[in-house]
Amino acid sequence: MSMDRRKFLKAAGLTTLVGLGGKGVFELLRPGAVEAEMAHESHGHDKHHEQEAGPKVRWAMLIDVMALNKEKIEKIVHTCHYLHNVPNWGDPKNEIKWIWEDEYEHVFPDSYNEYNHILEGLPFLLLCNHCDNPPCVRVCPVQATFKRPDGLVAQDYHRCIGCRFCMAACPYGSRSFNWLDPRVQLKKEMAHGRKLNKQFPTRMRGVVEKCNFCVERLAEGKQPGCVEAVPDVMFFGNLADPNSNVRKILKERISLRRKLELGTKPSVFYLI
Amino acid sequence: MIEKALKGSSVYWGWIIFLLCLIGAGMMAYLYQLKVGLGITGMSRDISWGVYIAQFTYFVGVAAGGVMVVIPKYLHHYTKYGKIVVFGEFLAIAAVVMCLLFIVVDIGQPMRMLNVVLHPTPHSMLFYDMIVLNGYLLLNIICGYNTLLADKKGVPCPGWVKPFIYISIPWAISIHTVTAFLYAGLPGRHFWLTAIMAPRFLASAFAAGPALLIMILLFVRKVTKFDPGDEALQTIAKTVCYAMIANLFFMGCEFFTAFYSQIPGHMHTLEYLFAGLDGYGNLVPFMRAAIVIGLFGVFLLLVPRIRRNPKGLALACASVFLATWIDKGVGLVIGGFIPNPFETITEYHPTLPEITIAAAIWGVGGLIVTILYKVAISVREEQARV
Amino acid sequence: MYDSGKVIIGLAVFACIFLFPFLYNRGTAAPQPKPSLDTPAIKALSEKKCVENTRFMITTHMQFLNDWRDQALREGNRWYVNSEGKKVWISLQNTCIKCHSNKKEFCDKCHNYAGVEPYCWDCHYDPNGSKL
Repeated sequence: MSMDRRKFLKAAGLTTLVGLGGKGVFELLRPGAVEAEMAHESHGHDKHHEQEAGPKVRWAMLIDVMALNKEKIEKIVHTCHYLHNVPNWGDPKNEIKWIWEDEYEHVFPDSYNEYNHILEGLPFLLLCNHCDNPPCVRVCPVQATFKRPDGLVAQDYHRCIGCRFCMAACPYGSRSFNWLDPRVQLKKEMAHGRKLNKQFPTRMRGVVEKCNFCVERLAEGKQPGCVEAVPDVMFFGNLADPNSNVRKILKERISLRRKLELGTKPSVFYLI
Repeated sequence: MIEKALKGSSVYWGWIIFLLCLIGAGMMAYLYQLKVGLGITGMSRDISWGVYIAQFTYFVGVAAGGVMVVIPKYLHHYTKYGKIVVFGEFLAIAAVVMCLLFIVVDIGQPMRMLNVVLHPTPHSMLFYDMIVLNGYLLLNIICGYNTLLADKKGVPCPGWVKPFIYISIPWAISIHTVTAFLYAGLPGRHFWLTAIMAPRFLASAFAAGPALLIMILLFVRKVTKFDPGDEALQTIAKTVCYAMIANLFFMGCEFFTAFYSQIPGHMHTLEYLFAGLDGYGNLVPFMRAAIVIGLFGVFLLLVPRIRRNPKGLALACASVFLATWIDKGVGLVIGGFIPNPFETITEYHPTLPEITIAAAIWGVGGLIVTILYKVAISVREEQARV
Repeated sequence: MYDSGKVIIGLAVFACIFLFPFLYNRGTAAPQPKPSLDTPAIKALSEKKCVENTRFMITTHMQFLNDWRDQALREGNRWYVNSEGKKVWISLQNTCIKCHSNKKEFCDKCHNYAGVEPYCWDCHYDPNGSKL
């Protein structure tokens, strides 16, 4: 059955693409693309098959909600926003945020339990979920946001046209738009002692940005900045490897993911 | 033919100058926006689309509405539309140009706009929207210009134009379907995630576009020697009436699904728009008014005596146009963002530069309609003299 | 020809406006720029060589940088192997500018001359750091 399905998908992919021509053909027929698609299709039906054909790396983030406190949250947010030169506009209209704190009922608005208040008031950290099936990637008209083979949902600021379709599509409110020039605000903050991270660029106005899972650090073999800041609270690892640190923890702890019913398959897990 | 737009009364020129001033003001505001960024608008992290995209959505409808005179004329040989079908096509041209302009002013990096062509992305609905809108503009220019030119020369429309006219019919449906798909396929935006989004868009389009056409034609009949014909106007009015009833019915369906299922996410936006939610309710008076005005418009159209009276017809069409404009040109897009993914509410207040830019694009639309209609009317008046 | 007088005057006015920039700037052509490559980092190099040969870098650096950008950002490939088989870390901020730290001399001179304004520095840092 699996061979037939695979053949069918390949044929379907080809026939869809014939009419489109140009770059689309090249980009969509990358080796492995069809196999990756297969892994989605067979999810939950044929575990063995998934491991055989699925991607070798899928980065995931685990956040131990029970181990978080105000001090650690501040450290995490500061580390991330320093590393990526995220300006602090200080007003909700223009604000840019990559990682931030919110309450349970806002993070899981559909799972409110009026008879059990254990989770209420706990600090939850919000960031891009780097979904396995990301709606933002689906809607972007220029592939400025795209999924890398290792599961990262990346954003190409050079290509983004600023249409903000991805912001409408993201069910997690993870994306921010540079309504104004971020350097204007950074300059103001620098006058008050803010330091820039000169290893990492800023953004320009008119593009969308979000958490990048510290792709620039992963490239150097480092852990994401937030994980390095609080290694006892946040864990980062390969979800596709059954022996990875994150898979081991997920086996033992109860975990939550946001809005699973939407089929986006988030890669951020909240440990309870 | 275009030289006919250069001869006109002082009122005509006054109107043109007024529109140019409006456009000039908008261009100044746009330069300001280009320099500073979209932060000069009322949009925010939570309400990331505002007046621009809302107006875009509405005018895609107006553009598609033109097909309601094309179908009877070319598929059913309803000859009463023979003289006015070009006005439907010219209205569509103006509306599509407005749509494209609304997109241009909305994007954060307009100089990178051609990336959409450079990196074609078949899984993005915006990619298809780019194709269908530009295609529709081209089709209407081809069809409108050539049919009018043939009329001017007193010869039948050349045969090669016919296929374009027939293509333009499903194409008109496609522009508004794709525009609905921009919204209707987004997970987590409950208000937009509805299968009847495209049908509802089409219904309101087929009400709003022809309603605007009737209003303009009534005005044309009053100030020029061209008479579009009573029967033609009455037939369009019936189209407006049926389409508006369908639109209101679809709206009722949305209410039913949300409130009978009692699923909170589906009810929240409707509650916000029509009753207020958690103490927020900026749009409530407008949305309620839209329902009342819409029903009033339908009532006026349903009573034959009122419909046959030019003043009654104008009022009815104005009501339909206004009601659909509030519903789709304001509530639909803004409402989709309320509440936000965290179930909290941020409201939206458009700013003066933002409104100036939007008004200027209306001005561009007005200018295109004025010039094209002036040309078409001059041709029709010549015909009448002959 | 109808209205030949008006047409000829119109053409003359058009020609004047069209030719004005050329006539106005006649004889004031700017000399070809000679950008200086000297920076402390380059002076310290034993062999003064960029990632590829100079001719190639002068003529092709725009496409080359575009390609680097796509490699690093989109393909996740941070290593470039040059024509001599040497591996180079792909980064404008952390490779190119480490040597070419004199943006005014090295980048701006030719770009100003050619009238191009690449948007690199809207996000990446001017190595002199005077302007954010």
